[in-house]
Amino acid sequence: MTGPDTHTHDHGHDHDHDHARTFQPDIEDSPFSYYQIMAQALGELLIDKGVFTADELRAQLEWIDSRSPEDGARLIARAWTEPDFKKRLLEDVNAAAESMGMDAGDIPIRAIENTPAVHNVIVCTLCSCYPRGLIGLPPDWYKSREYRSRTVREPRKVLAEFGTEIPDDVEVRVHDSTADLRYLVLPMRPEGTDGMDADALVALVTRDCMIGVSLPRTAGE
Amino acid sequence: MDEGAEVVNAQFGIGDTVRVRRAYPPGHVRAPYFTRGKTGVVDAIAGAYRNPEELAYGRYEGKALPLYRVLFRQSDLWPDYDGPDGDTTIVDVYENWLEAAEGGQG
Amino acid sequence: MSGPRRVHDMGGLDAGPVCQDGHAQEPWEKRMDAIRMLCGKRGLLRTDEMRRNIEDLGPGVYDRLSYYERWCAAVTNVLLQKNVVTVDELGRKMTEVEQRWTKARKS
Repeated sequence: MTGPDTHTHDHGHDHDHDHARTFQPDIEDSPFSYYQIMAQALGELLIDKGVFTADELRAQLEWIDSRSPEDGARLIARAWTEPDFKKRLLEDVNAAAESMGMDAGDIPIRAIENTPAVHNVIVCTLCSCYPRGLIGLPPDWYKSREYRSRTVREPRKVLAEFGTEIPDDVEVRVHDSTADLRYLVLPMRPEGTDGMDADALVALVTRDCMIGVSLPRTAGE
Repeated sequence: MDEGAEVVNAQFGIGDTVRVRRAYPPGHVRAPYFTRGKTGVVDAIAGAYRNPEELAYGRYEGKALPLYRVLFRQSDLWPDYDGPDGDTTIVDVYENWLEAAEGGQG
Repeated sequence: MSGPRRVHDMGGLDAGPVCQDGHAQEPWEKRMDAIRMLCGKRGLLRTDEMRRNIEDLGPGVYDRLSYYERWCAAVTNVLLQKNVVTVDELGRKMTEVEQRWTKARKS
């Protein structure tokens, strides 16, 4: 098991933690942190008081684990292949997701369409609002001071750091998620993908292109 | 989070030019600092939601306020904006933070 | 009128390059996330209250704590404010957890 200190990993590297087991620090770990102890104590107290049960906590941990960019990618891929579905997605993401058997969570999510005229990118300058029900946990960089400060001010420079260049004649529109809605970018379908069905297209839709810092993968990648 | 109530009696409509009030209260405010005193255009009415300034203090019973998507030109937000003139930022702002504007910066 | 910018309200400030390294959610962080959600479902906590408490940590503390440490501090503060847990029982339980873990490390 991992220790209390945060540690850096390569982008996209996943850990498989056994959430069903009560956290037990390893012998090699540095001493557990104040907040780690507090989190443990709080959970135990709330279970003792019947605020929720241990099973409910486990189920909630499982829900968190079950979230990944895949649901979002499936919505985008289907929107690329079915104009009616795209229309429904643009009206109400939560309803469109539910119609595909997905649990997008309670928070309203809206899809923002990239067009040849507008490229969209999402940020939450005030905290870290993110459509996690459909695309999983936000990466650390999305929650960082650097991303939150600079994206509204110099979006093209931030996009360039992600290897994304948008031509000057395309509007870059930054969405600051300050309120009750969460946003998901619906990128344009990559060129040269006409022969691909929705299942194949899912692989081209990355988390980062649904945030708007990247474009989808191309057919050759 | 609220699902969002239907908007009744919205003060502003799509296309209206609005300014974010130049107020600086302490407390939980969701109109970002960089928008205060800035002028933009209502791009959409996003629904009605209870005021987070009240919810933040455990006061859950208030009525829902219209929430607007306000579109700002980057060149209006940042005097030294380095990118093309067409670039924009859009922010979700609650009605209590907006006032009518004729256009231009407040 | 003008006024101070609060520590969390950082849109437009200068900052360095975006570091694209990250870490997977630690078990205790995930636990905190789950506790937050469950308390929300029980009507004990709204995200707005948690955010206010995070913002009120103030400069210095805000940047010194990690993201989930801020969440833990804030959620705990809300539950204390609402008498869902008391300072006394939290203190005792934290001591108990620390002793249990220390013992587990040694065995």
